[in-house]
Amino acid sequence: MADEKKIAVEKKIGAYICNGCGIGERLDSSQLETTAKRDGKAAICQQHDFLCSEAGVKMIQDDIDNEGVNRVVIAACSRRAKTEAFAFKDVVVIRSNLREGVIWVRPDEDDQRETTQEMADDYIRMGCAEAKYANIPSASGQQSVNKNILIAGGGISGMTAALEASKAGYPCTIVEKSSALGGATAQLYKKIPTRAPYADPEDTGVDAMIAAVEADSNITVFLNSTLTNTAGAPGRFTADISTESGSTETKEFGAIVQASGFTPYDANNLPEFAYGKNKDVVTQMELEALAKTANGGAIKRPSDGKEVSSVLFIQCAGQRSTKAGHLEHCSGYCCSASIKEAMYFKDQNTAIDTTVLYTDLRTPGAGGENFYRSGQNKGVIFTKGIASEVVDGANPTVKFKDLILDEDVSMEVDLVVLATGMVANAGQPTRAEITLSENEAKEAGTEYKVSVESILNLDYRQGKDVPHMTNGFADSHFICFPYETQRTGIYTAGPTRRPMDTRQAMDDATGAAMKAISEAENAGLGKAAHPRVADLSFPSFRQEGCTQCKRCTVECPFGAINETEDGYPEFNESRCRRCGTCMGACPVRVISFENYSIDTVGQQLKAVDIPDEFDEKPRILVLACENDAYPALDMAAQNRLEYSAFTRIIPVRCLGSVSLSWITDSMNSGYDGVILMGCPSGDDYQCHFVKGSAMAQERMSKVGDTLETLSLEKERVQTYEISITDIQKVPQLINEMAETIEKIGMSPFKF
Amino acid sequence: MSNLNTGMVEKYRNNFLNEVEANVEEGEWVKMCMQCGVCSGSCPLGPYWDHPPQELFMMIRAGKREEVLESTSMWMCTSCYNCLVRCPRELPITHIMHGLAHYATRLGIEPKGQPTRQFAQLFWDNLAKNGRVNELWLGVNLYFMNGFVNGIKVAMGMAGIGLGMYKSGRLSIKELIGGHTVKDKSGFKAMIKKAQELESARVDK
Amino acid sequence: MSKEYSFYPGCSSQEGASSSNYLKSVQSMCDVLDIKLNVIPDWNCCSASIGYCGGGELPRLALSARNIALSEKHNQGQDIVATCAACWLATKETQERLDDDAGLMDETNQALAEAGLKIENKTKIRHMVEVLIEDIGYEEMGKHVSKPLDGIKIAGYVGCQTNRPFGIEGESFENPKYLDKFIETLGAEPVEKYDKKVSCCGGALAFSEPEKSQALIKDIIEAAYDGGADMIVTPCPVCQMNVEVYQDKINATYGTKFNMPVTYYSTLMSVAYGKNSKQSGLNGQIIKAKKLEEVASK
Repeated sequence: MADEKKIAVEKKIGAYICNGCGIGERLDSSQLETTAKRDGKAAICQQHDFLCSEAGVKMIQDDIDNEGVNRVVIAACSRRAKTEAFAFKDVVVIRSNLREGVIWVRPDEDDQRETTQEMADDYIRMGCAEAKYANIPSASGQQSVNKNILIAGGGISGMTAALEASKAGYPCTIVEKSSALGGATAQLYKKIPTRAPYADPEDTGVDAMIAAVEADSNITVFLNSTLTNTAGAPGRFTADISTESGSTETKEFGAIVQASGFTPYDANNLPEFAYGKNKDVVTQMELEALAKTANGGAIKRPSDGKEVSSVLFIQCAGQRSTKAGHLEHCSGYCCSASIKEAMYFKDQNTAIDTTVLYTDLRTPGAGGENFYRSGQNKGVIFTKGIASEVVDGANPTVKFKDLILDEDVSMEVDLVVLATGMVANAGQPTRAEITLSENEAKEAGTEYKVSVESILNLDYRQGKDVPHMTNGFADSHFICFPYETQRTGIYTAGPTRRPMDTRQAMDDATGAAMKAISEAENAGLGKAAHPRVADLSFPSFRQEGCTQCKRCTVECPFGAINETEDGYPEFNESRCRRCGTCMGACPVRVISFENYSIDTVGQQLKAVDIPDEFDEKPRILVLACENDAYPALDMAAQNRLEYSAFTRIIPVRCLGSVSLSWITDSMNSGYDGVILMGCPSGDDYQCHFVKGSAMAQERMSKVGDTLETLSLEKERVQTYEISITDIQKVPQLINEMAETIEKIGMSPFKF
Repeated sequence: MSNLNTGMVEKYRNNFLNEVEANVEEGEWVKMCMQCGVCSGSCPLGPYWDHPPQELFMMIRAGKREEVLESTSMWMCTSCYNCLVRCPRELPITHIMHGLAHYATRLGIEPKGQPTRQFAQLFWDNLAKNGRVNELWLGVNLYFMNGFVNGIKVAMGMAGIGLGMYKSGRLSIKELIGGHTVKDKSGFKAMIKKAQELESARVDK
Repeated sequence: MSKEYSFYPGCSSQEGASSSNYLKSVQSMCDVLDIKLNVIPDWNCCSASIGYCGGGELPRLALSARNIALSEKHNQGQDIVATCAACWLATKETQERLDDDAGLMDETNQALAEAGLKIENKTKIRHMVEVLIEDIGYEEMGKHVSKPLDGIKIAGYVGCQTNRPFGIEGESFENPKYLDKFIETLGAEPVEKYDKKVSCCGGALAFSEPEKSQALIKDIIEAAYDGGADMIVTPCPVCQMNVEVYQDKINATYGTKFNMPVTYYSTLMSVAYGKNSKQSGLNGQIIKAKKLEEVASK
């Protein structure tokens, strides 16, 4: 079916010019019409005073139905406006941005009319050129619907994800490594409160949840089991589930939730606190066990079974520290956990002295502050200070510096509790990272061995687990896209994603389950996942041109491209996020999408009318990321911030998709400057495709040499990192380029 | 050490926070301080406190009983209430400072020579006598509180001000003999006496 | 028909006391605005903010409770109005404390019984500026202006206790605007961004810690000069006295040449309402408010 469509008859362009929103008053519409017909080769061109109205839309639909128009160029507002009105089916829809792109960024003055009109004419030419080279995408046919959700981990996060997905009608399979469900939460006496007034520890609710999972016929549980191989792509994952006893079962899934939890930081790394030496120095998890044994009665200390009458909690033990072997991050839950554990004592006997030694008390979440106050109310003493040592003895003695009173204090107590942090169970590093470590070890004359077990055992060329982000947690973008990883269709939830408490883990699991469901459905239809939701296009390549350089497979941020035995790329379209980073990576330009290709952009920039050098009308090409930079430009227009009339803007899917050929083509065509606008890269990246903007930065760093061979100034090509809020900045950057050109002169490459 | 003070030390076995909670006006709030320091930074006489409120709260929790009660710090309070309105935990800090000062006085371990302490006592004695403040006597007593010779010096220094007040009709020599007073003096005094008895009974309990 | 209130003048407003001129101007102002003040018979001192040393919590609360009880007995149904910040604060605080704590209320009534009194604690406690803003209103206040205070620039010094901890409804603690609005209503010009508007003058510590307090006062006056003020206006007797009377001392210590008149809002109003210098309490100024004298004598 897909092929039938591709054969589809001749391309017939219909261009439709809107005269509404002031476009008609500011621009010469009949001139635009002439341009569309003469230069854009539009078979039909019509004007309307109110194109997005019912009548305007009907006019276009009539031409599609009766005149065979299959390439619709809407010359009106930005592609981000009126998307519902202009959503015509089974045709290519291209938007020429005359409102936000032209009249709103130029002053309404007589002496500006000529250059404003030229801008609009160019956008018509560009729209028609894009229309000519764009095709209607359709799914590859690789897709299949599979509603089964695989959940790795049977703790509170995994069970919540399973129950939520099951409630929505999606069968789930939980694979749990240990012999029981419940995870870390099952080891707790009570949990941090989840409901108002957030004053007291709450029952964990684990037993009830396990019972609910076991009673749910939609949920299958594998205990004592691990995933020994996970292959495929969203909609068609296959997983080998192996039990301890040696049997393996292979099952198919639409999407995966990884809820593999955390491992408590190993307190044996903290000899300064006498851990391992003095039995009455315990971790928070060990205190939970003592509290469970006491079960509401007096908590007895490990060394001699004495009822504890004084206890001190050392916060941030081995964490928020750059010392070797310590964790750099804040685990986020330990302050609330210590408050909760101090209450175990206070609720049993108010006379027990409980001290929490902290540097910054952090109690995140809606009820965090209330819980802190409740702890104070119950008489827990909070002391701001840093512990330096726990001296071993019949009773441990904590030496600390009181930061408020600025003095050194020694405090002898019955029991010391160390608030150690969370280490994510995130599996192994990527293959590239392992190779790097191996090489480093080799140079140092040692051997590198991966010390952790894989969680998913992915059959991906890029590695066995999802890539890790800061501090070893498996997340990709915690601000904009929580739960998403760099492996499409695999979502992380709970402390494997970032440190958190039980309540947050449950919220997390619900979110991840929702993401998994929507991806199972999207993959079934061959549609892209976030952020190009519902995009049907997917990358294809001309094998005869491919040089098997592997750049596309290496640079794909989502591990979507495998290699065939012959070394050619093998696209897994449902793993693909349609960012086009592979297209930007390909040195021989053989990768393209139906509706986004070297030509759809390349022909646009060539369609622009480049005036003679002596006209003193330079041309500035802006390639703007559609996720942040293009909306920022639109918003600048909404605020009527002006920029140079010599600007021509082309939105791109991601800066990672920008082909160097576009830069050289534009230079050869006589553009005077090129600006690339992408999302911030680096540790706090905002790239919607994780690595796209970073890849572009890397590639553009080499453009300077190309420019030199053309004897062009380096300043003619600039790359900027733009956030969606940089509304004031974007027009400034364009105007700075205009000034630069004025300074260094026009490009000599105009013909 | 006064009997009451010894008794308190016995009773609370050095758990100073409990002692403060039980006996100091609004003392039950001390444990709720979250150590942000906004109070200390908001105090007009902040630099003159040996221990600003934030520190006093921490010292109470740390059991530094004598250091707190014998401190001149809370006597630096001008009752401007800036700390109180700015405290993110909405603690009645001003009142706690007054409460600590009063409690120290009650125990007899307040800093004896502290001028505000002396003035505050004079003020109370002055009003308790007639039910209304006699500004002239208050001034006279204030200037002579550190002895006669010193008093003359201070009074000479303040003479210009007193003269200005007198000339503008805002200081009356009539106050020296008799002056303003409530009519129901006996009822007034009985009321104060009863209130003091009830309060003492509460503290001694 | 005139509005009636149960009036608590306070110690400093008594005849021959430090803010007797405040009382004088308040009486003139109320006369024009048809406000009738019925003094609480046999009222006593509130112990202000410095009584805490000698008086514990209960004796202090008993003081204000006696005044409320007397008002409830003799001026039934009338809101209590105070002109002194400390009087207002102590009384209002007492009302709140007794409302919150039934035990304290009970003990207070036991003490009051010794004087044959009982407190219901149902009376509203208000400051005179609340009455002006809420019951009279800026518009009405403006209507009575017969001698607008044209060309006088005034720093509105709100100070502490009229502003904190209770403050005036609808105003912020950090930048209350009502004094500036008073000033405008009377035809004068307020100092914009008077940055010592709510700073402390030292209060009672002006007596016990004179050097420290005078340093605070110096900043308050200096900021008024910086803002181009001809005078300072305040709603608080302690503020008025502290800021006015120590200027010579401050000049001697710091080498400044301060000669800044400090008056009450009621002084301004009386003058703007056409009252003469004496009726407006201007004779009570140690540093003469010459610009107001000029208007008053017109």
